[in-house]
Amino acid sequence: MRFMVLVPGSPESEAGEMPSTELIEEMTKYNEELAKAGVMLAGDGLHPTAKGARIRFEGDRRTVIDGPFTEAKEIVAGYWIWECASREEAIEWLKRAPFDGGTEIELRQIFDEEDFAEQLTPELREAHQRLAEQTGQQR
Amino acid sequence: MTASATHRAIDAVWRIESTRLIAGLTRIVRDVGVAEDLAQDALVAALEQWPEAGIPDNPGAWLMATAKHRGVDALRRRVTLERKQEQIGRELQLIHQLDQPDLAAQVDHVEDDVLRLVFMTCHPVLSREARVALTLRLVGGLSTPEIARAVLVSEGTVAQRIVRAKRTLAETRVPFDVPGRDELDERLSAVLEVVYLVFNEGYSATAGEHWTRPALCADALRLGRILAGLMPREPEVHGLLALMELQASRLRARVGPDGEPVLLEDQDRSRWDGLLVQRGLAGLRRAEQLGGALGPYTLQAAIAACHARAPSVEETDWPRVVALYDGLAALTGSPVVELNRAVAVTRAFGPEAGLELVDALTREPALRGYHLLPSVRGDVLLRLGRRADARAELLRAAELCDNERERTLLLSRAAECEP
Repeated sequence: MRFMVLVPGSPESEAGEMPSTELIEEMTKYNEELAKAGVMLAGDGLHPTAKGARIRFEGDRRTVIDGPFTEAKEIVAGYWIWECASREEAIEWLKRAPFDGGTEIELRQIFDEEDFAEQLTPELREAHQRLAEQTGQQR
Repeated sequence: MTASATHRAIDAVWRIESTRLIAGLTRIVRDVGVAEDLAQDALVAALEQWPEAGIPDNPGAWLMATAKHRGVDALRRRVTLERKQEQIGRELQLIHQLDQPDLAAQVDHVEDDVLRLVFMTCHPVLSREARVALTLRLVGGLSTPEIARAVLVSEGTVAQRIVRAKRTLAETRVPFDVPGRDELDERLSAVLEVVYLVFNEGYSATAGEHWTRPALCADALRLGRILAGLMPREPEVHGLLALMELQASRLRARVGPDGEPVLLEDQDRSRWDGLLVQRGLAGLRRAEQLGGALGPYTLQAAIAACHARAPSVEETDWPRVVALYDGLAALTGSPVVELNRAVAVTRAFGPEAGLELVDALTREPALRGYHLLPSVRGDVLLRLGRRADARAELLRAAELCDNERERTLLLSRAAECEP
């Protein structure tokens, strides 16, 4: 099963400051360990929200709100995608990450197709198929 | 934490730590069987103590220290009871090995031990079945029941295979070492073969009621990723991993809503796993960049990449697929590769050209009884409009096929040929 690990932003990450060399080293070591165990599928850091945007949906209206966004705790600054055998394994791996200072890192399981196979009606399945054919033609 | 939650957490720690633990212990005691017993004792200790005391901050170090202490204690007890002089000598030696500070662990990397362990469990002195079982157990961290489910034999058989494999390794004194350059290629291909065997059994199950068994593919992928981390300079390691990632990207599109197989050309390509495709293509680039002539796994990955990049069957670069199969056929001389090449030739240059190649293969003794030969021939004949001949071939293929799901598909394809 796949998991997404969401790393929250901080005033430093929002200011575009790079972490200390020491932390980068520790994080590199941790990433290597994840990769060598065959756990890490992907992972990236994100630019500050000052370079991002939010789009607000209301009826037919679409309002674009430019960054930066203020509530640092709700800002995602990076993510990992892991392949683990169980939720417990993902937790064990996350416990080994080099975070500190009260940081809370969120672990979420990624939906598998089987997770919502039951909700997929034949009509939805067909729509899915049509979409695939269209995007296939456009590519 | 409840008791069962702690046990699940211990399982997770075991999955993460067991390979390194067993590898480290094997380096110390030079016997993979003794090492595994010591590691198991440490696991038992963890199951006794962690539910009360909690999981230690560094569970790996705790398990290693406990394995050594318990090992020394047990050996001392046996020495006092033992009568045979020869046996006592061996036990005293083990105590000595376990009791001294592990200086090597401070200069050496744990990964090196894991790599040595991989070469040991995949040693050519063992049968293929034994290599698969021992590698899944010691490197993959799977339990005997899990391996039994994976290879579809009884738990007793798996346990027997593992016991015998360990005995063979001890008796033939297989060294705990990474092979030298002169034999590395050969030994490496034995390792890669084990991993790909596991993957293939998951990708198209040779027996049973399921057409694919994704959990087995996941185990093989994990082994492949571990190997790529251990041997980053070996192109074929990346080639095999790329091949498995690209094939696994199609897993969910490969099975229809009722568990029936869906062939490549009929697959809904939007359901291919984009993350695995990207990882596979990146792995292939890495293999190619490392230089040298492309090996068999890298060539197969390059073929899989042609499919991964193509938006549809028609837009696939079939001439390139044929060229890659040319290279693979020259390298392996395998009639199965020739058969696949014939499929690509049919696509690239038309069914007449394909039929000529397939007909030549019907005289190949190695393909006698192989269901995919009449299956491919049936498909080519259908493209030529020879429906009755096609039907007969597909029926013959169904007769030869051992997988129930695949047989059903062949029968329904045969039925479609009826006028």
